Amino acid sequence: MLTSKTRTGVVFFPAFDWAISATHPEREERLLYTQDQVFEEGLLDIEGVIEFKPDLATVDDIKRVHFCVPDEMSVVTESHLISAGGAKTVGIQVMEKHIERGFALVRPPGHHAMRVVHGARGFCNVNIEAIMIEYLRKAYGIDRVAIVDTDCHHGDGTQDIYWHDPDTLFISLHQDGRTLYPGSGFHYEIGGPTAAGMTVNIPLPPRTSEEGFLYVLDQAVLPILEDFKPELIVNSAGQDNHYTDPITNMSFCAQGYAELTRRLKADIAVLEGGYSIEGALPYVNVGILLAMAGLDFSQVREPDYQPDKIRQSGEVTKHIHRVVEEVLAGWKKAPEIRKKQLSGRKFAERERSIYYDTDNILESQRETLRVCPDCSGVLSIDSSTDTGYHILAVHIPRKACKECVDQGVKWYDSADARRFNRIFLQDRMNDQYLVRKG
Amino acid sequence: MILGLDVGGTHTDVVLIDKDGIHRQTKVPTDHADLLGCVRAGIEGVTGGIPPDGISRVVLSTTLTTNAIIEGKTNETAVIVSAGPGVDPEFFRTGPHYYCVAGSIDHRGREIQSVKTSEIQAIASKLKTDGVRQVAVVSKFSVRNPKHETQVRDILGDSFFNVVLGHRLSGNLNFPRRIATAYLNAAVCETHRRFFDAVRESLEKKGLNVPIYVLKADGGTMSLEASLQCPGQTILSGPAASVMGSLPFASETEETLVLDIGGTSTDMAILIRKVPLLDPLGCELGGYKTLIRALKTVSIGLGGDSVVRLADGGLSIGPDRKGPAMAYGGPVPTPTDALFVLGKVNDGDAGSSRRGLQPIADGLGMSLEDTANRVFDEACRKILSAAGEMISNINSKPVYTVQELLGGYQVRPGEILVLGGPAPHFARRLGDFTDSRVRVVPRWQVANALGAALAKNTSEVTLFADTERGIAVAPEEDFYKTVKRDFDRESAVRLAFDLLRDKCVKQGAVESELEMEVIEDIQFNMVRSFYTSGRNIRVKVQVKPGLIPGYREIADRLAESVPPQT
Ligand SMILES: [Zn+2]
Ligand SMILES: [Zn+2]
Ligand SMILES: [Zn+2]
Repeated sequence: MLTSKTRTGVVFFPAFDWAISATHPEREERLLYTQDQVFEEGLLDIEGVIEFKPDLATVDDIKRVHFCVPDEMSVVTESHLISAGGAKTVGIQVMEKHIERGFALVRPPGHHAMRVVHGARGFCNVNIEAIMIEYLRKAYGIDRVAIVDTDCHHGDGTQDIYWHDPDTLFISLHQDGRTLYPGSGFHYEIGGPTAAGMTVNIPLPPRTSEEGFLYVLDQAVLPILEDFKPELIVNSAGQDNHYTDPITNMSFCAQGYAELTRRLKADIAVLEGGYSIEGALPYVNVGILLAMAGLDFSQVREPDYQPDKIRQSGEVTKHIHRVVEEVLAGWKKAPEIRKKQLSGRKFAERERSIYYDTDNILESQRETLRVCPDCSGVLSIDSSTDTGYHILAVHIPRKACKECVDQGVKWYDSADARRFNRIFLQDRMNDQYLVRKG
Repeated sequence: MILGLDVGGTHTDVVLIDKDGIHRQTKVPTDHADLLGCVRAGIEGVTGGIPPDGISRVVLSTTLTTNAIIEGKTNETAVIVSAGPGVDPEFFRTGPHYYCVAGSIDHRGREIQSVKTSEIQAIASKLKTDGVRQVAVVSKFSVRNPKHETQVRDILGDSFFNVVLGHRLSGNLNFPRRIATAYLNAAVCETHRRFFDAVRESLEKKGLNVPIYVLKADGGTMSLEASLQCPGQTILSGPAASVMGSLPFASETEETLVLDIGGTSTDMAILIRKVPLLDPLGCELGGYKTLIRALKTVSIGLGGDSVVRLADGGLSIGPDRKGPAMAYGGPVPTPTDALFVLGKVNDGDAGSSRRGLQPIADGLGMSLEDTANRVFDEACRKILSAAGEMISNINSKPVYTVQELLGGYQVRPGEILVLGGPAPHFARRLGDFTDSRVRVVPRWQVANALGAALAKNTSEVTLFADTERGIAVAPEEDFYKTVKRDFDRESAVRLAFDLLRDKCVKQGAVESELEMEVIEDIQFNMVRSFYTSGRNIRVKVQVKPGLIPGYREIADRLAESVPPQT
């Protein structure tokens, strides 16, 4: 009988009764063939592979991460609670040491969901990795976490949530933002003033194949992880880098995904995107699961796999080498940049527009951060949408200093209720979430 | 009248029933070296003076194939597998005659790589040289397209005793289990056939030219002829018989925990409002996970004959058995001996029981009586805690849709039915440790044979349709048909019901038994380039497991005579 080398947990939730719409890539059919392949291969029968039933994420779990407008249940469905809950289940099982590693094979995905949520962006409503991580931080007291986002799209939502958090290293490998949604994730996006360098973006050229991904992993990702020394590594395991994916332009393959998983050794993998539901997902997911379980995956390949056809060009290779150099240089410079930023202004502001492509909402944000020398800084977000919502959201970080806590409370208390539909206070110091209605 | 016969590990139980209840019953010790003799003796025991034409059917349950598998006394069997991409099929090797060959089919049943005739021919001649006469042929996704399995069979020709094809045994996806299932079916085939031919012959000699049925692991029956095609289905029919035997007395409105407390072990099962709970994929036996449809049963090594000993200054019971209780001449003290000490049983040598338990009482620093009570309590607690674990496992079973998860159905048995040799004694004490109502199954001594006699035919049909490819396949039925684009879930269910009716009749079912139900029907729109290109439909239908209609009266009669719970 087949026995895993690594005790591996799986939550498998294909949400066979939930879709964004009937013909949307994020529809009931998406994990159907993965389920067929996973069942037919007997992966859930492997000794040491344990399947768990997903918990439902709670509204409190969401409140630890997001500001949902007007409230949590208005922006999520039960499927989102199960999907985030599935990630949470895997996290809990890892922390409880019932398993060494786990894979939340769930949908809908979450990595485009930002801190403020007015609706769905890039098929995502709430950030399932962040919900899991913040739950684990609260329940198990873990501190340093690294997220490696291998989805083809830039994980802009996760980036946004951890932009000011020096204890969360966010590394995103993705197809260059000039050629793909959401159009962000350039190497100069390195995190806010108090967490500069903790966001690492690795934009890759279209047609990057196995060779390129593994090169980036070995040369940049693994050394940076080695430096950062996280207590937990989470892989946002999107699978849309596949050469057959209909909405992207990369040339990755199932073998490559499995090999990447083997080398990355993430504690937890959470499925994100991946829309080649027949040609890629069944094989990639089997490969990832076998790799996580420490089993041989050498015979996992797509029926139409022809390595020569998807090999990356010399030009792509050269480009990738340059990107990696830049990334490493940026990582080395980060402490210096951080020091400089901290000795600058007392408050940092940024203004941006965020478009919710799935729900067609345009949001304008003004974010104010107290650039604190003692903690990662309290944050306020003034957010309004073209659908007429205007909110103020105040976030007091997990390890806030006294001044930042006071500042946050002041912002919340003194906000003019006539100007906003809602005023929120997310106080992670005291694990509190307050709402004032305008 | 119906003759029910259960060849158990220790005893062979036989009942002859008619509308008025159990007409006759008998028990003969099982002689594993001569099972046929036991069957003959059992039949003799209840049919004396009964005219052969008074008996309308015979139902048999036996541990024959189960034991053959557990003891490894099966026939040399070759396995030919074609896997294609995925997990290395070498992991599922069944023995020396295991061949991984070319050929690949994908999840929708499309051929990716064809079978190589010369490769199969070479294997065939090698097997002939090696004298292997049983072959199992299994390809990945053969339940979506059985083409490769049938091709390999055709190339092998008819120079083998038996060629078992994986797709005929179950419609469920699971390649490793399909390999194990096909292998086991092939491996027990000769043993099964030899035994049942002998049974049939001996019944015919007695003038009993009646249909013979065999009890299956899922608690249903199939005709003897049908069982020859898939003898593996008869494994674990022992526990199935006891579950079916308690079924008539179970609650219509609640969930029931069934405890069959035997000499060596206690088998546990769950009834949901009189319907037995099945193992979702298939049962596990002798280290093999299979696709054999079976009742969800859990067995623990604790029974009336389990060894009682001192361990780390405390008491330990089981999981081993060294023989009968000392009261019956066994070598070591057992829970049954505790019953003797307590004066609850007196058909043996209570003195031996007392002598056996005395050292344990000394070790515990307790009186003999207290020790006996403690042995008994400990056994009850262990059984209940194992049952609790089984129930929590069932309740934590993953589900795959929002509805199922939020529906959150949880098994919470409100009653416990106990059967098996020491049932009445256990029932009373178990009741002290649980909030559930505890009852003894009427005629608990022969409930297994009764269960076999009353069980009706069960069958299952899995249908897979893909309207983009224009196909509908029911692998177990050897059914294949082309379908048009308008084929949908409703048409699939109708077709599946038709196939199920045919299958049941072929297996010897009576029309009135056919209470058919849909257990799975899902339909997915397949969207390619933002247009619906077809429908992917999965339908599973079954005959509800249960008892033969018209025999409820028997149950009512028997229920009137509930034994005292001493
Ligand atoms: Zn990414
Ligand atoms: Zn993506
Ligand atoms: Zn501060």
